[in-house]
Amino acid sequence: MRDYRELQAELAQTGYIAEDSLVMALTLATEIHRPLLLEGEAGVGKTDIARALAKLLGTRLIRLQCYEGLDANATLYEWNYQRQLLAIRAREASEGADSAESLEKHIFSEDYLLRRPLLEAISQLEPPVLLIDEIDRADEEFEAFLLELLADYQVTVPELGTMEAVSIPHVVLTSNGTRALSDALRRRCLYSWVDYPDAEKERAILAARMPEIDGELARRIVGFVQQLRREDLEKVPGIAETLDWATALVGLKVEKLEDNLDLLQASLICLLKTEADQRAIVPEVTQRLLGKVA
Amino acid sequence: MTEPGEIDGLPALPGPRERMRGFIAHLRLNGFTLGPSETALALDIVGRLERPAPEGVRAALKVALCGCREDWERFDDLFPAYWFGEGVKRATVLRGENTSTPKRARPALWDKVLPPEERAGRPIGAAAQAAGSSDAEEDAGGTSAPHRIAADSRDSLFKTDLREIAAKEDIAEAERVAERLAKAMRYRLSRRRKPSARGRSLDLRRTIRRNIAHGGEPVDLLRRTRPDRPVRVVVLLDVSGSMKLYSRYFLLFVRGLLSRWMRADAYLFHTRLVRVTEALTDKDPFRALAKLSLMVEGFGGGTRIAGALADFNARYAREAIDSRTVVVILSDGYDTEAPEDLARELRRLRTRARRIVWLNPLLGWKDYEPVARGMAAALPHIDHFAAANSLQALADLEPELAAI
Repeated sequence: MRDYRELQAELAQTGYIAEDSLVMALTLATEIHRPLLLEGEAGVGKTDIARALAKLLGTRLIRLQCYEGLDANATLYEWNYQRQLLAIRAREASEGADSAESLEKHIFSEDYLLRRPLLEAISQLEPPVLLIDEIDRADEEFEAFLLELLADYQVTVPELGTMEAVSIPHVVLTSNGTRALSDALRRRCLYSWVDYPDAEKERAILAARMPEIDGELARRIVGFVQQLRREDLEKVPGIAETLDWATALVGLKVEKLEDNLDLLQASLICLLKTEADQRAIVPEVTQRLLGKVA
Repeated sequence: MTEPGEIDGLPALPGPRERMRGFIAHLRLNGFTLGPSETALALDIVGRLERPAPEGVRAALKVALCGCREDWERFDDLFPAYWFGEGVKRATVLRGENTSTPKRARPALWDKVLPPEERAGRPIGAAAQAAGSSDAEEDAGGTSAPHRIAADSRDSLFKTDLREIAAKEDIAEAERVAERLAKAMRYRLSRRRKPSARGRSLDLRRTIRRNIAHGGEPVDLLRRTRPDRPVRVVVLLDVSGSMKLYSRYFLLFVRGLLSRWMRADAYLFHTRLVRVTEALTDKDPFRALAKLSLMVEGFGGGTRIAGALADFNARYAREAIDSRTVVVILSDGYDTEAPEDLARELRRLRTRARRIVWLNPLLGWKDYEPVARGMAAALPHIDHFAAANSLQALADLEPELAAI
């Protein structure tokens, strides 16, 4: 097995700065072909991990966004009904039509099969990265179905027979914890809890994503966000919010955070995403947080 | 992998396989859900590491053996505790499948509530605890025994203040009431539909698909209907001194709510908040109470309702509450904190939950007015405010909850 630190360095080159435990999780998941379950607050970069992994392995990323009511059909395959109907009518219209049997064979061939993400993922020559995003939003029945698929990587299409996986995809599942997942799924997966990055990691992320930003400003920005996360907020700002805010500040040509307090206060809309939070962080609080950063 | 214990003539030393099995058992005792297949997985992974330094092994096993956030947060303490013998005591009693008697049994909270004859009838573990509590004896004799009245008829039982009933059949009655309630709340309709043989609306996509065999003529019609979705109940119980007589009863009621189609989550609070769902699901009601009393130990001082709610909102709310959840709070509303804090936390809770029901035993008392400052601040954010001092009061909740 490769040393996980190599992978960490390679990930850093693609612009993804990851914690040791997360890199270990990725290393193990690719090594022993187990799905990886990532849990954590919204905005800590769970989805980006799959993207970074796909980039690193030089393979496709196939994404399945889960929602309530998602069923197996919508994720596996669908027949192209319109085309099938057209084909039937066309055959009827042309004289001396083929036998019903050959017609059936024709319209239930792969030409008329619409592959949905899960079937797509197991029929690739090169193992892709399969991202099953926000699995907690899907129903429990879907979770059970997924478990079955992840166990033997084969799918049965009644009209075509059983299709086995051409290659085993690298599966990454993410969850925001809006619903408790079943123990069966948890046991099947490797697990990693993704937390907000510490100041050092967050600075590294900012530097990787926005190389043009001034080092001192970046330090203050990260320091401020780290302080803000400790406040009693409804929606704690994630990494994406930090990046947005940094972009906004650079765009507004802010060089020092305390130079223009009104502007700074106004720019906080990048970080505070609910009305209650915006009301909670009054200018006095902003100043107090600024004082802690200096 | 060679097992050192297999060499002839030498005393059998535990090999790495044994050690790993021991580690898995150590984790299992601490509440991890792990089996033999995880032992194999862990050995496989450690075997694959090229230079197995402790840091790498810890990180790899953490990823492989943890299953949820709680596991994740505790693993870093449990790992050195086993492999390097650094002192973290096993928390076996809290999750405890084993029924070993704790050596230094402290007076259990519920002992003060249960009458002596009932205490005697409990299983060994709980009885041993009761034996250790000498002051509980006096306490029970001093407060609850004189109040105990014989429940002649169902009717009088129904109206009796819960503080005053504790016989087994009454507990069973409470559970029956709970079951009726659960049935009333059984279903919550959903906007998304699922296929069904007798639904109201047509499922066009599936109909077309099915009828391709008929050349596209819609011969077989397929229908959709609204699925039944279970309701969830989250119960927050005040177990402070003023409330514990009622809380114990209410816990039984909550136990009754747990069923196949109803998910209930229970939390106790006093000055801190503890999740007690696991302890509640124990099949033996008395063992469940014994476990709970262990969890409540160390609680002290005044009630911090707002603080407990804030804890709940920050840590558990997102997973425990969805748009079909009813939150039931049982408390007398005597808070030691600022009423604004309570109002704020309730408002926050309100944005997530379907309904908030506040049960206040004092409300059943004659002439009670919710004048406690905390209670007054809470009222605007509550959907239903009711008494909960008798079985009748609990049964009266039924239409209220059925309307969800």
